[in-house]
Amino acid sequence: MSYRTIHKGPRDWRVPPNLAVDALEHDAFSWDVARAWLDGLPGGRGLNIAHEAVDRHADGASGTRTAIRWLGKHGERENLTYEDLRRRTNRMAHVLEDLGIRRGDAVFTLTGRVPELYATAFGTLKAGAVLSPLFSAFGPEPVRQRLEIGRGRVLVTGRAAYERKIAGIRDRLPHLEHVLLTDVPAGAPPPAGTLSLASLMADADDTYVIGPTDPQEPALLHFTSGTTGTPKGAVHVHEAVVMHHATGRFALDLHPGDIFWCTADPGWVTGTSYGIITPLTHGITSIVDEAEFDADRWYRILSGERVSVWYTAPTAVRRLMRLGEEPARDADLSALRFVASVGEPLNPEAVVWGSDALGLPVHDNWWQTETGGIMIANTIAADVKPGSMGRPLPGVEAAVLSHGPDGVVTHDGEVEVLPAGHEGELALRPGWPSMFRGYLHDDERYRRCFAGGWYLTGDLVTRDADGYYWFLGRSDDVIKSSGHLIGPFEVESTLLEHPAVAEAGVIGKPDPLAGEIVKAFVVVKPRVRADDALSRELIGFGRSRLGAAVAPRELGFVDDLPHTRSGKIMRRLLRARELGLAVGDLSTLEGEETT
Amino acid sequence: MDEHTLRETVLRVLGEVAPEVDVTRVNPAEDLRDQLDLDSMDLLNLAIGLFQATGTEVPERDYGRIVTVDGCVGYLMERGGPPA
Repeated sequence: MSYRTIHKGPRDWRVPPNLAVDALEHDAFSWDVARAWLDGLPGGRGLNIAHEAVDRHADGASGTRTAIRWLGKHGERENLTYEDLRRRTNRMAHVLEDLGIRRGDAVFTLTGRVPELYATAFGTLKAGAVLSPLFSAFGPEPVRQRLEIGRGRVLVTGRAAYERKIAGIRDRLPHLEHVLLTDVPAGAPPPAGTLSLASLMADADDTYVIGPTDPQEPALLHFTSGTTGTPKGAVHVHEAVVMHHATGRFALDLHPGDIFWCTADPGWVTGTSYGIITPLTHGITSIVDEAEFDADRWYRILSGERVSVWYTAPTAVRRLMRLGEEPARDADLSALRFVASVGEPLNPEAVVWGSDALGLPVHDNWWQTETGGIMIANTIAADVKPGSMGRPLPGVEAAVLSHGPDGVVTHDGEVEVLPAGHEGELALRPGWPSMFRGYLHDDERYRRCFAGGWYLTGDLVTRDADGYYWFLGRSDDVIKSSGHLIGPFEVESTLLEHPAVAEAGVIGKPDPLAGEIVKAFVVVKPRVRADDALSRELIGFGRSRLGAAVAPRELGFVDDLPHTRSGKIMRRLLRARELGLAVGDLSTLEGEETT
Repeated sequence: MDEHTLRETVLRVLGEVAPEVDVTRVNPAEDLRDQLDLDSMDLLNLAIGLFQATGTEVPERDYGRIVTVDGCVGYLMERGGPPA
C-alpha cells in the first residue's frame, strides 16, 4: 500500500514556521547565520553550551520563566526557573572543581530523568569538563566498559543503581575517584565510597563565572555501538550548541512560549541534545517526565501541561496506536501544534495515525550519535511523504553513494554520488557544527567513517526526485531496538562468558512495536544440554550483566553458526533464516562469501 | 483461580520474563521496574505471559496496574475468568 503525500498549507500552522515552505532549497543560510543566534560568552571569551542554555536567560524577566517542569514518578512536580537552574549549575560547577575535576575530565551520569541530572549536565559544562550520560537501563557490564573507555573520574548516580551496578565493579574502575549520589539527603551518611550530592551542593557557592571556552573544546561524550569491538565514544564540542539551537528552530519549529516535551532517555544522544540542551537554548519550558512510557499518563501530560511541541519515538507512537484513536480524541490536545519522532524509521501507518488521532501527522526525522543533531527532517511547513525521513535541513549536504558488499565503493579514494532513485549509503558533507570530532582513543575507527570527503552514516537509503530520503536498512549489523542502538558484538561477548556457550551470534529480529528485538543464536559446548532451562539461564545471565534493554529477549540453540571464509559470523544469514527468506536469495541479498 | 494460585502464576510468568530474578525475594508491593530494573518491553511481555497463563487480557491502557506483583494479582482477581 502506498500512502498519499500529506500536503501542508497555512491552515496547518498556528505560528509562522521558522523554516518557510521553500526555504529548504535556499542557500542564504550559513552556519555563521546560526552562530549569530547565540550570544557567546561575555567579553568574547568563547562559546559554552551552558551559557547559551542557562545563564543568558537567567537575568531579567526571563529569569523567572520555567526552564524545566519536572514531573516525578509519584505525582511530584517541581518548576525550575532559569534563575534556579543558574544557581544550581553554578553550585555544581564548584562541587566538581572542589573535587579536583579539571577541564577535559569526564563526568558520567547514570540516572533517570531526575532534577539533579540537569544541574549536573550544565554544571559539568560550566566547569569545562566533559559530560557523558549513560543509559540508566544499562547493566553493570556496559557501564563498566564505557566508564573505562571514557576514564570517568566522577559518576553521578542514585543509591540503588550504585549498589546494583557499580559497587560490585568499583575495583575494576581505576579512574573513577568520586561517586556522587543524587538521592542521599544532605546530612545523611552516604554508603561507603560515595558522597551525597545534596551535601556538596549545599556547601557550594551559587555564583560562578564560566571560564573562557574554546568552541572546539570537548563538551559531550556519547557512546554508540558498532558491529564489532568495544563501544565507541563519540566526542562533541561546545560548538555543537549552534546545531542544537538551529535544529530546534528548523526541525522542531521552536518558538518563544512553547512548551516542549522530549521523551527520550538522557542516556542516548536525543535525550541530551533535545531533552536537555535545545529547549533551553531557546529559553522555553521543557517538560521532564521521570516515569517510563505509560499511555494514560502521556495523554495526561500532553493535555495537562499544554505541550505544544512534542518529540518522541516510533515505539511510543506505535504503543499509543494500540489504544486506538479514542484516548487521543478524549484528551485535550488543543495546545499541540507539532509532533516529531526519531530513533528508527517511522512506519507510514504511524505518520497517518498521527493525522487521524492527534490531528497532526508525526514528522519523522533522521540523525545519529555522530551527527550530534537532526540532519534530515520532515519539517512543519513541508509536505510529508509518510515513510520518508524528509529532506536535509539548511546547512546540511547529503548524498547517496554507490555501495557494494564491502561498503561504499571507492576508486583511488573517490566515491560515486548516485542520482535520485538509486539505492546506496547515506553520506554527509562534514562541516556542520555538531559533527563528532573523533572516537575517543580510536582514530582508526574514526578514519574509516570517511571516504572521498564524505562522512559515511552506515545507513542505506534512496532519494526520490523531490529530494526526500527513504531508509532501507543498515549497511552493518547493529540492532535498533526501541530506538536504542545495540552492538551485536557486545551481546555476543557477554554470552561467551557463560561456561555453557561455545559461540553466539546476535541479530535484530523485526518486531512490530520495538522495530527490532535482540535475538541470540547459541552453540553450546560439547556435552551441554541445550534445553529450555539453559535458554532461560542464558537470557537471565545476559540481562543481569547487560541490562534488560540490551540483553537478548529471545534465544535459540543451533548446531553451528554460518561464517565467512575469514571466520566472521554471518549475522545477515542468521537474520535471513530467521525471517524465512529462501537461502537462494542470499547470493543477491548479501553479496557476501559463504562457507 | 484463587489468589494463591494467581500469585504463583504471576511469579512464574515474571520468572520467565526476567529469569535472573529470584522470585522468592520480590517485594510484592514495589514497582517491578524500580526493584528489578524491568523495562517497558518487559512489562509488555509480562502482560502477554499473564494472558497466556490465565486467559485474562491486559490491554495497553491497564499496564500501569500490573507494575507490582500485588497489582498483577489484584488485576487478575478483578478481571479474571477461567483460563482460556
